[in-house]
Amino acid sequence: MADNILKIQGLHAGIEGEEILHGLDLEIAAGETHVLMGPNGAGKSTLGNVIMGSPVYNVSAGSVIFDGEDITKDSVDVRAKKGLFLSFQNPLEVPGLSMEAFLRNAIRERTGKPVKVFAFKKKIEETCRLLDMDPSYVERDLNVGFSGGEKKKAEIFQLLILEPKLAILDETDSGLDVDAVRTVSKGVDIFKQNGGSLLIITHSTRILDALKVDKTHVLVNGKIVKHGDSSLVDEINTGGFAKYTEG
Amino acid sequence: MAEARKDSPIDLAEDNRGELLADVERGLYDFKDEERDEDFYKVDEGLTEDIVRRISEEKHDPDWMLDFRLKSLKIYNELEIPDWGPPIDGLDMQHIVTYVKPKTGMKASWDEVPEDIKNAFEKLGIPQAEREALAGVGAQYDSELVYHNVRKDVEAQGVVYTDMESALTGEYEEMVRSHFMKLVPPTDHKFAALHGAVWSGGSFVYAPPGTKVEIPLQSYFRLNAPGAGQFEHTLIIIDEGADVHFIEGCSAPKYNVANLHAGCVELFVGKNAHLRYSTIENWSKNMYNLNTKRAICEEGGTIEWISGSFGSHVSYLYPTSVLKGDHSHGEFTGVTFAGKGQNLDTGAKMIHIGKNTSSFIDTKSICKSGGISTYRSSVEIRKQAEGSKASINCGSLMLDSESRSDTVPAMDIRTDKADVGHEAKIGRISDEAVFYMMSRGVSEAEARAMIVSGFANPVSKELPLEYAAEMNNLIKLEMEMG
Repeated sequence: MADNILKIQGLHAGIEGEEILHGLDLEIAAGETHVLMGPNGAGKSTLGNVIMGSPVYNVSAGSVIFDGEDITKDSVDVRAKKGLFLSFQNPLEVPGLSMEAFLRNAIRERTGKPVKVFAFKKKIEETCRLLDMDPSYVERDLNVGFSGGEKKKAEIFQLLILEPKLAILDETDSGLDVDAVRTVSKGVDIFKQNGGSLLIITHSTRILDALKVDKTHVLVNGKIVKHGDSSLVDEINTGGFAKYTEG
Repeated sequence: MAEARKDSPIDLAEDNRGELLADVERGLYDFKDEERDEDFYKVDEGLTEDIVRRISEEKHDPDWMLDFRLKSLKIYNELEIPDWGPPIDGLDMQHIVTYVKPKTGMKASWDEVPEDIKNAFEKLGIPQAEREALAGVGAQYDSELVYHNVRKDVEAQGVVYTDMESALTGEYEEMVRSHFMKLVPPTDHKFAALHGAVWSGGSFVYAPPGTKVEIPLQSYFRLNAPGAGQFEHTLIIIDEGADVHFIEGCSAPKYNVANLHAGCVELFVGKNAHLRYSTIENWSKNMYNLNTKRAICEEGGTIEWISGSFGSHVSYLYPTSVLKGDHSHGEFTGVTFAGKGQNLDTGAKMIHIGKNTSSFIDTKSICKSGGISTYRSSVEIRKQAEGSKASINCGSLMLDSESRSDTVPAMDIRTDKADVGHEAKIGRISDEAVFYMMSRGVSEAEARAMIVSGFANPVSKELPLEYAAEMNNLIKLEMEMG
């Protein structure tokens, strides 16, 4: 494994006719937990989407190195297969497809092998237990009729089943009730315990309370304006982004 | 179908106009165009009495059936071909006889089966021997044992399940005679008349009062019989309180050398009886599928249609439920997938006659690579059918911008005391949903296939497991094809 699980160099990206990220650098060492903070519209979600390879955005310059490999031109599924995961701010609904069937297909595609039914079932059950989730969850159509909290829990559930190397959590903690925050925190903690690296995009700090944060980055107007350690989270909680947005 | 919402994998445009399009309905089965054009069609070059007599002779018909055939032939020659649906110019009506000549093409070899059909068999994992049999070209395949086993099981319960030819001359001759083409008379339309004249093969089922058949009856094997599967006739009579599930055809592609299919299905559902009729059709892509299916329900009876239409070049298919008895119920759940070069005109028809009858139509149509999928339905609530309810829900999914999806729902409601609901939605796969699924490691093609399978799930979940699995395979195959 490379020392850095993620290395972003001079990244310029945006949608057609509008650059959103203006030369961004970011490094995450394997096993670390990083937090990306920033005011609304700074480009936080764009960064998450660009790292995952969303076709909505164009990369005009720079590169994304994942686990020692340049993935800048890889398709979304190839990135996922290499061990990248993005938890969506608004997970999509797929009627007629159960979460279990979806995950089974995803694992089959990731491994290129048929899924061993018994082992898969067992893992599903265990993960439900770990996250204190009702097993009927996985039989329901993917995200269909899920509440906001249920959707976020389902994302964390998928994270634990798919076992990526790096998980980008995009506002996974926003708009959650106490119970959902607990589940999400627990899941993130388990993922971290198992050696997973994290990039947590957030403007709140609720799930961060229980986590050991290694580095914090502040994104303003498409550029990282400040790198720091976990104390930066507290600083922003107190002082907000004003210091970084002025001038 | 789920509400149109922002986070759905399918971007939906709603169409809840619920307009009464009674005019369209009139065209559905009314082919009696009085205008004659002498140049249009010359009887002499087409189907002759001689040919019909020969078919009848070879099949050892009783006399009344020969008469029936000849009457049908006369009607056939008097009717015009329909002009309100997808074009069927490719059908050589001048030489219709080449389609109906007995045993046409049965000499064909496996080598003559088109590549796409072969590939489909390949992908479905059907063994060579069975493939040849399914293609209707392998006479050596022995399906007898399976067939007999099924039959024995059913017979033990007093249920009759046999081929039409046997039924016609055996102890059920009278029953056949009093029901055969009574629900779909030869006057119905030109291809019904053609069917009446040259029909061959098919299934006969009679379920005595109170019988319950646990396992679905399958016509799968019988359709392999030489000469069947093209103008086959299915006659099912479910007596009072009986309960049967019949599965027609097979999910694997059927290949016929002749490219016209004009089958006929007549279902008689008795008082408080229940019949589920499931079909997955996947004709070869040169087929003109002009099939007529109709059910009639007595008091408290229920008919449920489960229908998957995949293959064929052109299809006209609108299974009809005549809800004659009070409190009878009709349900139609269907999925249609029109790919490249396909024009599939499918839907359902509900006719409410009895009081407090209810019907439910739920259809999904999918089109891709320039395919045209038209949903056409008609719901008719007669004046005396007070207290009736009808609900229609049709969804379309267009997989690209070159494909086309139309919705033609007709309603004719003659009483105020009825409750009718209609909902139509047309959508496309959302890129956001594909991105979401790909971010979990599935390829774009797989993500799309999963969304489409999910869309069709209301149908597949109603099918027995092995059929559901094969239908999903078919969807995947269609998605992979250019």
